[in-house]
Amino acid sequence: MFCVHCGNPVAEGGHTGCDSPRTALEPPRFCAECARRMVVQVTPVGWTARCSRHGELSSGADLHPTA
Amino acid sequence: MTAAAERTTTDVLVVAREQVLERGVGLDEAQVLQVLRLPDERMEELLGLAHEVRMKWCGPEVEVEGIISLKTGGCPEDCHFCSQSGRFPTPVRSAWLDIPGLVKAAEQTRATGATEFCIVAAVRGPDARLLSQVREGIKAIRESGNDIQIACSLGMLTQEQVDELVAMGVHRYNHNLETARSHFPQVVTTHTWEERWDTLRMVRDAGMEVCSGGIIGMGETDEQRAEFAVQLAELEPDEVPMNFLIPQPGTPYADYEPIEGRDALRVVAAFRLALPRTMLRFAGGRELTLGDLGAEQGMLGGVNAIIVGNYLTNLGRPAQRDLDMLSDLKMPIKALSESL
Repeated sequence: MFCVHCGNPVAEGGHTGCDSPRTALEPPRFCAECARRMVVQVTPVGWTARCSRHGELSSGADLHPTA
Repeated sequence: MTAAAERTTTDVLVVAREQVLERGVGLDEAQVLQVLRLPDERMEELLGLAHEVRMKWCGPEVEVEGIISLKTGGCPEDCHFCSQSGRFPTPVRSAWLDIPGLVKAAEQTRATGATEFCIVAAVRGPDARLLSQVREGIKAIRESGNDIQIACSLGMLTQEQVDELVAMGVHRYNHNLETARSHFPQVVTTHTWEERWDTLRMVRDAGMEVCSGGIIGMGETDEQRAEFAVQLAELEPDEVPMNFLIPQPGTPYADYEPIEGRDALRVVAAFRLALPRTMLRFAGGRELTLGDLGAEQGMLGGVNAIIVGNYLTNLGRPAQRDLDMLSDLKMPIKALSESL
């Protein structure tokens, strides 16, 4: 699994900056499955994030489905 | 002269009460700097005066706005704060919003009670494709029955493009000067502050409302914050959006610390005293810099407009929480009929 904020493996650690007040204001940017950068669209009430391999997530989705 | 009499003639808040509150004349650069240097123990007094000025010269209404990114990322400019610059290794990928998505975003915004919907693109200036998308988008929004006021923020414009936007019914144009003229070369190197200024003058001359503000916390000094306030006052904008830097990964400002909440409030109040009649809008970064309590203090310290919901690439707090805050503060939301 990969961190949706920095794209590095979750298991590697070093994600202190990825769990901060700033990232609470960030939609996911990297696919948790493959770490590809996603195409993200923020709207006034939500967001969508699309991975070319693993499809689309939207606000309200579980960002870490296997965690 | 007694100490009390001396305070009456020299204290900047005493001067501001007579000059700004009573006569509606904004503070000059030296006076704004004095305000920015007031000690923390005078914050309550400062915010109270800024609120009085807002109430007297702008009234109790709050203008609510939503914004949407029509074209995200891949910008050729190098604005050092921006995650949408194609020149920095940020995680933001390019994206275009389609017309149905734009119409839906406008509906979502109107449903909050907002009277203003700003369509934004990360570009140096609009090309024919972007202007066509804006034209089709506005047409579709109107055909959906949505009467929300439409603003645009599409970068630097030519006169022909200004005229096109007027013809489309765009009533307000946003183009932030971002920071003081003296600090701008440290923030952007691919275009100049003066180019931005020129676009804003064209917008004003064409009859559109002018919206221009900036971002606080990009390494500027207090002197430059004061300089920026009076440069904005010289522009005479209808609206000044105030953003607070959210350090974005991959940008040159990624490691900057967000400014302290009390400093943000001090800037808000100082800008109100420099711009007594201008709409002052809370925009990006307030959630990180001020939190919930600070947002309320800002609304009681000179701010009279707010962006609700999410921003362009960052998330805001839920719109309803801001609407509840305004209700608690007994601040009415400006109605669309007052905007037209």
